[in-house]
Amino acid sequence: MYDIKAIYEAESVEDAVRLRLAHPEAQIIAGGSDVLVQIREGRRAGKELISIYGIDSLRGVCLDEEGSLRIGSLTSFSHITRDPLVQKHCAVLGEAVDQIGSPQIRNIGTIGGNTCNGVTSADSASTLHAWEAVVELTGIHGRRLVPIHDFYIKAGTVDIRAEEGEIETAILIPRKSYEDTFGHYIKYGMRNAMEIATLGCSVNVRLSKDKSTIERCRIAFGVAGPVPMRAPSAEAVANGQKPTRDLAEAFSLAVLEDINPRDSWRAAKNFRKHIAVEMAKRALTESVKRAGGELL
Amino acid sequence: MSAQYKMIRCNINGRDVEKMVDVRASLTDMLRNEYHLTSVKKGCEVGECGACTVLIDGETFNSCIYLAIWAEGKHIVTLEGLLGAEGELSDIQQAFIDETAIQCGFCTPGFILTAREILDADRMFTDDELRKLLSGHLCRCTGYENIFRAVKKAMYRRQGREIDF
Ligand SMILES: Cc1cc2nc3c(=O)[nH]c(=O)nc-3n(C[C@H](O)[C@H](O)[C@H](O)COP(=O)(O)OP(=O)(O)OC[C@H]3O[C@@H](n4cnc5c(N)ncnc54)[C@H](O)[C@@H]3O)c2cc1C
Ligand code: FES
Ligand code: FES
Repeated sequence: MYDIKAIYEAESVEDAVRLRLAHPEAQIIAGGSDVLVQIREGRRAGKELISIYGIDSLRGVCLDEEGSLRIGSLTSFSHITRDPLVQKHCAVLGEAVDQIGSPQIRNIGTIGGNTCNGVTSADSASTLHAWEAVVELTGIHGRRLVPIHDFYIKAGTVDIRAEEGEIETAILIPRKSYEDTFGHYIKYGMRNAMEIATLGCSVNVRLSKDKSTIERCRIAFGVAGPVPMRAPSAEAVANGQKPTRDLAEAFSLAVLEDINPRDSWRAAKNFRKHIAVEMAKRALTESVKRAGGELL
Repeated sequence: MSAQYKMIRCNINGRDVEKMVDVRASLTDMLRNEYHLTSVKKGCEVGECGACTVLIDGETFNSCIYLAIWAEGKHIVTLEGLLGAEGELSDIQQAFIDETAIQCGFCTPGFILTAREILDADRMFTDDELRKLLSGHLCRCTGYENIFRAVKKAMYRRQGREIDF
């Protein structure tokens, strides 16, 4: 039995917004793989909950009118990985969330929960940053779109206006962000399953038609700071350059200008910096390969 | 809080059922306490060990971190549901016995349901894929090797192929 004060079940997005306004103290529960564990630990015990798990309209992936890849907030990780549109336009996202926890966790955990928890180690977060995803929130005033970078305010806190009844309803990846773009995600952990990332690194590139130039390179990290972050200095080194081994070297060293990892029981700051450089290099090399190019 | 109850209708092991359930209950609580399906084990109760695994609409879930109220309208299968009409064991259960994949048995029901999802995918998986698919379960006795062999053997049999360990 969970220590829950009361639970309200939303049947639609409008219903969820109404319940949020009616019960300002209540917290959203989606798949519950964070929330229920925290209730067990006592951290969230005795609270009111609004369950959005039953809102089927928030499940699934499609291309919207503008051609953005639209992932409903309640879509589970396993469904994201299996989705043909994700595989076609942003395969790396499916691969990243396929490294979460275990098969059972990937069946219950949602992309909405993985972003709204504001956690830097969330396995979808670095890829969503590297692909400049947009978070769609729906509240009493309708739809609000927030770039993923601005969505994260500080560790554990994201830009959701509970007082306006908001919930996250989708993650969007704009067409200009995914077109002709190929990426790779590396999760560094002590073991392969049931492990929170010591560091996560997601890189993607768009090459020129003749594969001779990196037109656009983006890189983001999880656990390299209190919230997931891009590494703009490294991107500047790679943009517009020829994909060479020397470039990969310079690119990977430049991440040290951007990241700010900390010491924790999981790993030391210096160790995280060390693997950040190596992961950046490997992820760039693989991204270029997937884009049809080769490091010379 | 004052107890809050809700009527939950679902299908468990092929039977349509309904019961008033405390809204604070996990699915593990409901299956064990209301339906006496004690193959559903309580191990960690925080989603890490897989002892409480059940199939919901054909996918594996840790029932300990699944609210009972979410079971409304769902098709749930527990280990008890794998028994044949005459009490005969399913192929995967027999494979566990043949390969000595069971010691204390606490992890076994969960493993078998995950194996069931794997077999129902009706295709061959590589050893690495199988290991990844089985990684949501902890076993403190067997060392996993025999469990792995049992699942692999059952998969080969279903595909009509000879096993080549
Ligand atoms: C055993 C185990 C292993 C795990 N391993 C990993 C791992 O390897 N990598 C990883 O990244 N995570 C891991 N997790 C954490 C967890 O599974 C993920 O963070 C998951 O994405 C949470 O999604 P959920 O739907 O279960 O969220 P919930 O627990 O329901 O919610 C999480 C938070 O987000 C809020 N929220 C959820 N959805 C919305 C919404 N639509 N609108 C507004 N607010 C919302 C909730 O209020 C809550 O604060 C693990 C968890 C467990 C139990
Ligand atoms: S008891 Fe549910 S995963 Fe351990
Ligand atoms: S047989 Fe004892 S825990 Fe697996």
